[in-house]
Amino acid sequence: MMRTYAGHSTAKASNELYRRNLEKGQTGLSVAFDLPTQTGYDPDDELSRGEVGKVGVPIAHRGDMEALLEGIPLGEMNTSMTINATAAWLLALYIVAAESQSPPASQDQLQGTTQNDIIKEFLARGTYAFPPGPSMRLIADMVAYTVLHIPKWNPINICSYHLQEAGATPAQEIAYSMSNAIAVLDAVKERLGESAEQDTMSKVFGRISFFVNAGVRFVEEHAKLRAMSIIWEEIGRQRYGVTDEKLLRFRYGVQVNSLGLTEAQPENNVQRIVLEALAVTLGRNARARAIQLPAWNEALGLPRPFDQQWSLRIQQVLAYETDILDYPDIFEGSKVMDGLVEDLLGKARAEMAVVAEHGGAVDAVPYMKGALVESHRERIRRIEAGEQIVVGQNRFTETESSPLTADAEGGILVVDPAVEAQQIEAVRQWRSSRDQAAVDAALGELARVAADESAERENLMVPTIAAARAGATTGEWSATLRKVFDSYRAPTGVGEAAAAVSGPELEELREQVASLQERLGRRPKILVGKPGLDGHSNGAEQIAVRARDIGMDVVYSGIRLTPSQIAKSAVDEGVHVIGLSILSGSHRELIPAVIQALRQAGVDAPVVVGGIIPDQDVPALKQAGVAAVYTPKDFDISKIMREIVELVGERAGVPA
Amino acid sequence: MSGSEQASGNDLGRRLRERDLTVAPAVLNLLESTTQADREQALALLSEVSPARLGHEPRGRVVGVTGPPGAGKSTLLSALLRTWRDADRSVAMLAVDPSSRASGGSLLGDRARIEFDPSDRRVFIRSTAAGERLGGLAFGTRAAGQALAAAFDVVVIETVGVGQAETEIADAADVVVVVVQPGSGDVLQFLKSGIMEIPDVLVVTKADLGQVAVSARRDLNAALRSLGRRDTPVLSVSSVPPPSGIEQLAQAIDERLAAIDLPARRTAARRSAALSDFVGEYGMRALRGLGGRRTAERLLAEQDPALGEAELEQALLSAAGDPGRGVRGA
Ligand code: B12
Ligand SMILES: Nc1nc2c(ncn2[C@@H]2O[C@H](COP(=O)(O)OP(=O)(O)OP(=O)(O)O)[C@@H](O)[C@H]2O)c(=O)[nH]1
Ligand SMILES: [Mg+2]
Repeated sequence: MMRTYAGHSTAKASNELYRRNLEKGQTGLSVAFDLPTQTGYDPDDELSRGEVGKVGVPIAHRGDMEALLEGIPLGEMNTSMTINATAAWLLALYIVAAESQSPPASQDQLQGTTQNDIIKEFLARGTYAFPPGPSMRLIADMVAYTVLHIPKWNPINICSYHLQEAGATPAQEIAYSMSNAIAVLDAVKERLGESAEQDTMSKVFGRISFFVNAGVRFVEEHAKLRAMSIIWEEIGRQRYGVTDEKLLRFRYGVQVNSLGLTEAQPENNVQRIVLEALAVTLGRNARARAIQLPAWNEALGLPRPFDQQWSLRIQQVLAYETDILDYPDIFEGSKVMDGLVEDLLGKARAEMAVVAEHGGAVDAVPYMKGALVESHRERIRRIEAGEQIVVGQNRFTETESSPLTADAEGGILVVDPAVEAQQIEAVRQWRSSRDQAAVDAALGELARVAADESAERENLMVPTIAAARAGATTGEWSATLRKVFDSYRAPTGVGEAAAAVSGPELEELREQVASLQERLGRRPKILVGKPGLDGHSNGAEQIAVRARDIGMDVVYSGIRLTPSQIAKSAVDEGVHVIGLSILSGSHRELIPAVIQALRQAGVDAPVVVGGIIPDQDVPALKQAGVAAVYTPKDFDISKIMREIVELVGERAGVPA
Repeated sequence: MSGSEQASGNDLGRRLRERDLTVAPAVLNLLESTTQADREQALALLSEVSPARLGHEPRGRVVGVTGPPGAGKSTLLSALLRTWRDADRSVAMLAVDPSSRASGGSLLGDRARIEFDPSDRRVFIRSTAAGERLGGLAFGTRAAGQALAAAFDVVVIETVGVGQAETEIADAADVVVVVVQPGSGDVLQFLKSGIMEIPDVLVVTKADLGQVAVSARRDLNAALRSLGRRDTPVLSVSSVPPPSGIEQLAQAIDERLAAIDLPARRTAARRSAALSDFVGEYGMRALRGLGGRRTAERLLAEQDPALGEAELEQALLSAAGDPGRGVRGA
């Protein structure tokens, strides 16, 4: 199956894009939602600022979902939705949209996938809404519901993709995703209760599919997939008593690695993507069911339709021009491949045992998060030291000027900022034009079911579908559950990251910090802040850990803070510099908002910014008061640190 | 932000006396600073808010909260913060985090994630690194606790650890609350073996976990009975919804505060702190020069009970003649 991951600005605009892609030969839908929808906020919420329609489509109620899918026959479509914390809600909206189509599609006809993997949200992706316990309950309810009523739906897609994007090694990617699957299956087993027949549990097992990653070291990556299928089968047989070979098969879709795609010489990313695609197609015994490829300009910003078409064509060339699909498994009997697989199996099993010792994947979230930050620290160290070569970034960096990025917007899609205002207006209108009493009653019922913790509690899907039908909004559904379940902040993992091994460069920086400390009277203190709903934490984490390693005091409290929260911390904490990290594209709105909040609070410390910041946006940020801007091409974090230390000294009037 | 930019110590102290909460960040910046100029301003600040200057003990109450990592201190403090704010009491929270041995740097704010309303101007939350100091408190934290108590109703000092940490915090706080989670035996063992001083209030978190929490509370009660301290309250709380026991804890802390002789406790704490600061700054040699610890303690006991730490240290210093500065234990 071939599809590209898409959705942006409004339901109507996304609908047109889907229809165009379907005409071009795409065979399924893959829906990207914006961050407010993914985290359960309406467009007019304070936290949604700058994010509405940015990285996906905003869906605030059934009306939006109906517009998104207009003219696409849902009875026949296979739809994959990248949705997790609010998956139950979006599935409910999808069911309601399907039944209101003409001809209507009933829920038992629906086919598709909801990502619905919450543990990796805590570990890597950041769009969680509720604490781990209640989140697992929502998932278990959804799985139990779909197995009975929407039999062709894949209710959950266990993701190892995001773990690699957060720095996981191949062994960690296997171990954490498998442990995660075990946690989900155990929860469903408990949900179904003692009475559940082996047959039902086997079916549940068979419905679980995976969403994996494949990096550019494609031989090892292929071995990883073979290892995953072996462990998966083992878990099925030994832990859940599954015997049917078909249900034991490791089914997976892929999005290939994007973390390694560079801003420098972005054309090289095309080669990387092709090679990564080989990892998941070469050997038939571990071949992907569905592939999504990122675009060549991944590290620059959102892809335009042309960029997405290019990625689709890569898949088509592989499938229709090469002979990849002509042979049985080409690695069968290969000693090298078998050796690689054995090695990975050993490491992964050992790491799974550690997770089990922590009490399973839910309780091991802080441990796993710390381990990922640590692995990523090592990856970056190797690139900085030149031990890991990245062509065009730390080797072969001389380049001709590129015709690809020459157009005015630097080769990316820019979302019209007017969308946010329109959506705010639209959701307010929606609220005022519906039957409020019906909505209140539906949400009341949802709260009642959620608060019931007894073993006989009802399935949360039922009041969720009723609320969708009544016209409740995404923000209302989530707020109702947050009230009962509480909100949550995930561990950041930075405290657990081991201190860097010292080397001459680190020592030199530590001396600079010590000297600055003398001059300031206090240890230099930095606040690393992530404003808004952006969940990309890698950069902020690595900056925070490195700042500690060179001897600074670092205030970092994780993702999803409002500008006023950041300003309040900056004042109270008495920091010497504020570092903001934004990758989701909301920097134009949020950075000036944070600076304004800081200045209002009387903080005059310098502000530096990092993340996906297109060149053309830099002047406006500087105008707003930003002292320096860093992007992925600034991969040398030591250099960034040196500049920050100098900046603090100068601004505080105590230069070196 | 450099020494020269700091507001004057006198001015900051005066504003604290006027209960101007907005100076809290500047007060901390000054008290944490180690430059000579700032140290002098800090002394000026502290004498502005000393009991002698105020005419009474600072009105705010200093609550020390400590316990093993992950016991649930920050989550509990978020809940307590709401309770105190509902009662319209202003709150300052000083969270002390460990520093990295290797670099001296630290990651703050990660552990001490206390939920707060950013628009609430009557709440102040500061995290500080313990630096090279062992035993829990950061340089300047004790002084900060005292200074802020002149302006805030409640000052909380949160540290991590068990066994040693609560000894130092006892010198900085009016009441010490030790927080433990169910199923962790350390605290129980330390209590029984006498390694740990008996706290004013013990809290078992995560009551929602059910039986384990009940047994933890029972075991602690039994241990306290066998140590003849059955009057020490042991409370059970849950900070996850539906929260429970939070109001009762706030009340138990208030009762405890009402029961102690606050001026006597604070005087004793100031004297003990002045002595250890003196030793930290001038070394054991200087202490011997004074005629040893006993003599020093006697000398302190003769001073006016309302004298602040700075004045007490000064008294020791003049008694010793000028011992010359050693390395400051910052
Ligand atoms: C890894 C990654 C992810 C991971 C994130 C894991 C994590 N915990 O961080 C996962 C897979 C979870 C992910 C998810 C998504 N992603 Co993503 N992701 C990336 C990717 C490939 C790399 C980012 C990265 O981590 N790089 C490594 C770190 C170390 O580099 P860095 O953050 O850039 O930091 C460096 C500098 O920028 C700077 N810096 C950064 N921050 C700071 C802070 C300070 C103070 C300083 C001084 C410096 C500094 O210093 C660092 C050192 O070099 C980028 C594309 C790319 N290749 O850059 C897309 C990208 C950022 N993602 C994107 C999108 C759309 C998403 C999703 C919304 C997709 C979706 N609809 O579901 C989700 C949303 C997640 C969320 N909750 O927000 C878009 C953003 C588009 C835009 N800006 O317009 C990008 C650009 C890809 C694309 N072209 O579409 N993503
Ligand atoms: N079940 C339950 N979990 C809780 C409760 N209170 C805290 N927790 C959880 O316990 C973990 C640790 O809580 P924190 O409040 O960070 O603990 P802490 O003592 O401040 O931790 P450190 O600062 O790291 O020493 C978190 O995962 C909390 O969600 C509670 O009452 N019940
Ligand atoms: Mg804490």
